[in-house]
Amino acid sequence: MSWWPVIALCGSAYALKALGLVLGERLDREVSERWSLQIVVVPVLAALIVVQTFSTGQTLVLDARAPALVVAAVLVWRRTPFVLVAVAAAGTAALLRLVA
Amino acid sequence: MPRGMSNDPIVRNALSIGVATGVYAVSFGVLSVAAGFSVVQTCVMSLVCFTGASQLTFASVIGAGGGVAGALPPALLLAGRNALYAFSLRGVLNGPVSKRALRAQVVVDETTAMAHAQPTLAAKRRAFDLTALCLFTAWNVGTLAGALAGRGLGSPRDYGLDAMFPAVFLALLAPQLRGPDAVRAAVLGALIAVALVTVTPAGVPIIASALGAVPVLLAARRGRRKAVHR
Repeated sequence: MSWWPVIALCGSAYALKALGLVLGERLDREVSERWSLQIVVVPVLAALIVVQTFSTGQTLVLDARAPALVVAAVLVWRRTPFVLVAVAAAGTAALLRLVA
Repeated sequence: MPRGMSNDPIVRNALSIGVATGVYAVSFGVLSVAAGFSVVQTCVMSLVCFTGASQLTFASVIGAGGGVAGALPPALLLAGRNALYAFSLRGVLNGPVSKRALRAQVVVDETTAMAHAQPTLAAKRRAFDLTALCLFTAWNVGTLAGALAGRGLGSPRDYGLDAMFPAVFLALLAPQLRGPDAVRAAVLGALIAVALVTVTPAGVPIIASALGAVPVLLAARRGRRKAVHR
C-alpha cells in the first residue's frame, strides 16, 4: 500500500478538527447548525452496515455476516459493552463458517 | 494508583474509556493490516489521524476494493463531526496556540462527551485532558498490538473479522438513533446504499448514502424559517 492514502486521511482529519476550533473562536452562534449537520453521519453509518453485511464487491450476498449482525443488534439493544459486541459478531460468523 | 485517585469519577471514567478503546483499537489494528496497510502505516494512522470511526471506514472500504477515492469521502464525513465537536468546545480549549493545536488533535467523541458532562469550566478542561491522555495511549498501544497480531493471523474471514466491521458500526450508530428523524435518515441511507451497490464501484454507495439526511435537513430548515417568521 502506498503512503499517500495514509497522508491524505491524516492531513484532512486534523484539518477538520483545527477548523472547528478556529471557527468556534470566530463565530459564537448558529449552534443549532450543530445538530442538523450531525445527522449526516447517521445514513452513512447505516449504509456502511448494510453494504458490509450484505455485499461482497458488487454483488448482494447473504452469508454468515447476517446472523452475526443480528447477534450484534441484540447485544447493542441490551447495552452490552462495545468490545463484547464486536467479539460476539466475529465469533458468530467464524463459528457458522466452521460448521458450514 | 494512589488511594483517592480511583474515587475521582473523572479519573475512573477516563480509565474505563481507555480500556474499552484499547480493545477497539486492537480490532482496528487487525483489520487495517488485513486491508493491506503495513504495521507502520497502521500505527501512523492511529497516531496522526486519531479518529476511530474514520480510520475503520477508511480501512474497510479500501479492504473491500473501494480505493482511496471511494474510501476518503465517507471517512471524512465521519471525521467532520470532530469539527463540530471542536466548535462546541470553544471556551474550554483556550490557551496559547501551541496548546490549542495539540488539543485539537484529541477532539473526538469521548473527550468531547466527557468535557461536556462536567459542571464547571475547570472540571471540563481536566476531564478533556485526562480522557485524551487515556484515550491516546490506549488507542495507539492497542493499534500496535492488533497490527502485530494481525500479521500472523492469515485470512481475516476465518475469524469472522469481516463481520466485526458492521457490528462496530452498529454500536456507533445506535446511540445516534434518537427520534424519528434519525431513524428515517438511517433507513433512507441504507436503502440508497443497497440500491447502488450492484451498479456503482465500491465506495460510491457509502458516499451517496449521505443524501439520506437531505429530507431531514430540509425539514429542519423549513422549521427554522417558520420560527423566524413568527
